[in-house]
Amino acid sequence: MNRLLKSREILLVVIIAIMVASFSTRAPGFASPGNLANIFNDTSILIILALGQMTVILTKSIDLSVAANLAFTGMAVAMTNAAYPDLPLALLIVMAIGIGAFLGAINGYLVWALQIPPIVVTLGTLTIYRGMAFVLSGGGWVNAHQMTPSFLNIPRMPVLGLPILSWIAIVIVLGAWFVLTRLPFGRAAYASGGNPTAAVYAGIDIGWTRFLAFVLSGALAGLSSYLWVSRYAVAYVDIAAGFELDTVAACVIGGISIAGGIGSVAGAVLGALFLGVIKNALPVIGISPFAQMAISGIVIVLAVVFNARAEKKAGRIILRDRAAPEVTA
Amino acid sequence: MMNAVAPTNDLAPLAAETPILEMRGISQIFPGVKALDGVSIKLYPGQVTALIGENGAGKSTLVKILTGIYRPNEGEILIDGQPIAFHSAQAAIDAGVTAIHQETVLFDELTVGENIFLGHAPRTRFGTIDWRQINSRSKALMHQLESEIDPTIRLRDLSIAQRHLVAIARALSVEARIVIMDEPTAALSRKEIDDLFRIVEGLKRQGKAILFISHKFDEVYEIAENFVVFRDGRAVGQGKLKTTPQDEIVRLMVGRDVKDVFPKAEVNIGAPVLRVENYCHPTEFRDISFELRRGEILGVYGLIGAGRSELCQSLFGITRPSAGRLTLEGQPIEIRSSSDAIRAGLVYVPEERGRHGLALPMPIFQNMSLPSLKKTSRSGFLKAANELALARKYAERLDLRAAALSVPVGTLSGGNQQKVVIGKWLATRPKVIILDEPTKGIDIGSKAAVHGFISELAAEGLSIIMVSSELPEILGMSDRVMVMREGLAAGIFERDRLSAEVLVRAATGNQ
Repeated sequence: MNRLLKSREILLVVIIAIMVASFSTRAPGFASPGNLANIFNDTSILIILALGQMTVILTKSIDLSVAANLAFTGMAVAMTNAAYPDLPLALLIVMAIGIGAFLGAINGYLVWALQIPPIVVTLGTLTIYRGMAFVLSGGGWVNAHQMTPSFLNIPRMPVLGLPILSWIAIVIVLGAWFVLTRLPFGRAAYASGGNPTAAVYAGIDIGWTRFLAFVLSGALAGLSSYLWVSRYAVAYVDIAAGFELDTVAACVIGGISIAGGIGSVAGAVLGALFLGVIKNALPVIGISPFAQMAISGIVIVLAVVFNARAEKKAGRIILRDRAAPEVTA
Repeated sequence: MMNAVAPTNDLAPLAAETPILEMRGISQIFPGVKALDGVSIKLYPGQVTALIGENGAGKSTLVKILTGIYRPNEGEILIDGQPIAFHSAQAAIDAGVTAIHQETVLFDELTVGENIFLGHAPRTRFGTIDWRQINSRSKALMHQLESEIDPTIRLRDLSIAQRHLVAIARALSVEARIVIMDEPTAALSRKEIDDLFRIVEGLKRQGKAILFISHKFDEVYEIAENFVVFRDGRAVGQGKLKTTPQDEIVRLMVGRDVKDVFPKAEVNIGAPVLRVENYCHPTEFRDISFELRRGEILGVYGLIGAGRSELCQSLFGITRPSAGRLTLEGQPIEIRSSSDAIRAGLVYVPEERGRHGLALPMPIFQNMSLPSLKKTSRSGFLKAANELALARKYAERLDLRAAALSVPVGTLSGGNQQKVVIGKWLATRPKVIILDEPTKGIDIGSKAAVHGFISELAAEGLSIIMVSSELPEILGMSDRVMVMREGLAAGIFERDRLSAEVLVRAATGNQ
C-alpha cells in the first residue's frame, strides 16, 4: 500500500504543481508565495473537515452531516458571542468543539447501536442539524457588528507570516497524522474498513471505532464552525450548504477508498488543496462559475475512476465460501 | 499420497441402455490443484445416479462443468452420443442440463412466477413479458410438483421447503433432460424429503436422467439406482447400488491408509486446559461437551453444515451461546467477545483467510500485530518497531516468503497468507488455538508443512482444536476426534479407536 499511495501522493503533488504553473502563465503572480499562502489559508477549513471525513470513511462509513453540524454549531457560537461578548474566546472554541463532538456522537451512536447505515443516518441528521440551526436563530442572521473584534480577528492574525487559521489547519494535520498512525484507534479505523470481519476476529470493536470516528469528525466540524463564522464574519442557516460534498470529494481525489481501509492524511490534504487551487484559479483566469462546478465534478469523477483501478489491483480474495456468517459493515 | 485403484463394477445390464449424457476422461486443473483427473461417468434416462464423495473430492467441480461454468482442460462430454462443448451456462441449459443447487439463488422480493422464469421469460408478440403465460406455466409446473403455490405470491412469504419447490420448478422450467440435484435434502425435514423423492420418482418416469449428490447413505439407497464414488478428483468406483453394500462404498470413499503419511509427533498429553460443558446455540448446535488437554490435538469432523465452524465461532466469542459453561485452566470463564477470548488465551484461525482473517490492503506486519497491539504498544502509542519485530519473529518461524513485511497482505500467495493468519494468532501467545480447515485450498506441499507445524505446536504444549473435513488429516493428526452431526456431538473417539469407517458412519448417521 505504501508504495502505491506514495506514488499516488507524489502524483498529486506533481499535478497540483503543474496546475499552479500553468495558471500562472495566464495570471501572473498566481504562483507567488503570498498567493500560495492565501490559497492554503482559503483551503484550511476544507482540510480540517476532510481529515474528519477521511477518518469516518476509513471505517467504511460516511458523514454527510458535517456541513449542517458546522452551520448549527456556528450559529450557536455566534449567537453566544453576540449575547455574551465578555465570554473568553477560548471558552467559545471549547464550546464549538464540544457541541460539534456531541452532534457527531449522535451520528456515531445511531450507526453503532442501532446499526443503521451511516449514509442514511447522516442524511437524516444533515436535515435535522440544519433545521435546528433555523430553530435556534429563528431564521435570523448574526452579522459582523454583533460579534466581538477578538472573535472575528484572531484567526486572521499573522504569526510567522501565516494567519492563525492556517496554523490551526497545520496543527490539525499533524494531529490527524499522529492519531491515525500512532494510536491504536487509528489502526482500528484502518482495520475496521479494510476488513470488518477480520477486525472483529482480531478483537476490535468496530462499532466503538466508528463511533469515535464520528465524534472526531463532529469535533472537527465544531472547530471549523468557529473558523468559518469568523472568516466570513456572518452566521446564518445556510452557511456551508453542500460543503459536505467538498469534503468527500477531497478524500476521493486524495485516494481515500470510499470502501474504507485505504488512505493517508497526506492524500486527504492534497485532495483538499487540489480543490482549493481549482476554486482559486478558475475565477482568476476568467472561467464562469457554472463551468467551475462542472470542471470540479469532472475532476472528481476522474479521481474515482483512477481509484477504482488502483484498488482492483490491490485486493484479491483467495477463498470464497459460505460456511461462516459474515459480520456486515 | 496413495491412490489404490478401486474395483469398478462394470455391470452387464448397463450396456443394454444408451446413456443420455456421457463424460469421458474429464480433467479440470486449477493453479496448483488437479480438481478432476480423468473422470468418466454416464447418466441414463429414467435413472438416478448418486454422486458420493468427501468434501473436496471434486463433486462441485463436476457440477460446474456440467452446467457450463467451468470448461474442462481435457476430456469430452457427449449428449446422445454427440460430442458437445458448453461455452457458457446458457449453452448447458440449451443442451438440456439443469441444476438444483444446495443453496439456491432465488429472489425474496420477486414473485414465484418471476423467480421461475427470470432470464427466460416468455414474450408476447410485442416483445414484452407475457405475464399470463408466466403465471399459467408456473401454475402448471407447481402442479406437476404436487403443490398449489400461487405464482403471484412473493417468495419471502414462503417456507423454506416451498422455496425449494420453486427452485425445482425453476430448474424444470427449461426443457431439461438431465437434472443435477446438489445436496437437495440438506435443509429439509424428513417429510419434505419424502415429498422431494416423490417428485424425483415423477422425473424418472418422465425419462429424465438425474445426478443426485448427497452425503446421506440412507437417502442414496432409497432413491438412486447407480452410484459413482469420487475421491481426490477421480471416479474410484461406480456401479449399481442394488448389488453394492454400504461398507464397500464407505471403503471407496475413504480408500487410503493414512496414518504413516502424517508427521504426528508423540506428545505427552498433560492436564485439562479447556472444558466445554453443554454448549448450546439457538439454531446451530446443541449440548456440546468436551475436554481439551495440554498438548492435545482434538480433531472435529463432520459434514458441511454439521455446526463445527459455528461451535468454534461461539467459543471465540463471535456469536453467543444460549447455554453452556466454559472452564479454562480450572477457572470458569465467560467469553462475550473476541477480545475476551484473545485475552483469555483462546484464539481462532478462521477457515476463510480473505474474509475473516486478513485486512488485505494493510501491510503484513500490521495484520500480524492487530490482535497483539496491547503488547506492542507503549503507554497507549503504537510502536512500529515492536510490531515489526513481532512480525519478523513469526515470519521467520513460519518461513513466510514476502518481499518485505510492509507490503500489503493482498499481494501474497494463498499459502503465505495462511502463514500470516497463523502467525498473527500465535503472536498472541495463546493457550488454546482453534484451526478451522487449516489446509483448505493450499497445495499438497504446503499442507505437509502446515501439518508439521501443527504437530510442533502441540509438542510445545499448545492445545489445539482442529476442524477439518478431510479424513486423512483428521485421522493423521488427531489425538481424539469429536464427530458432529446436525449440530450434535455424534461421538468422541480416542486415537486407538479411530478409523475412517467409524468416523464416516458417525458423521453420516449410518449405523
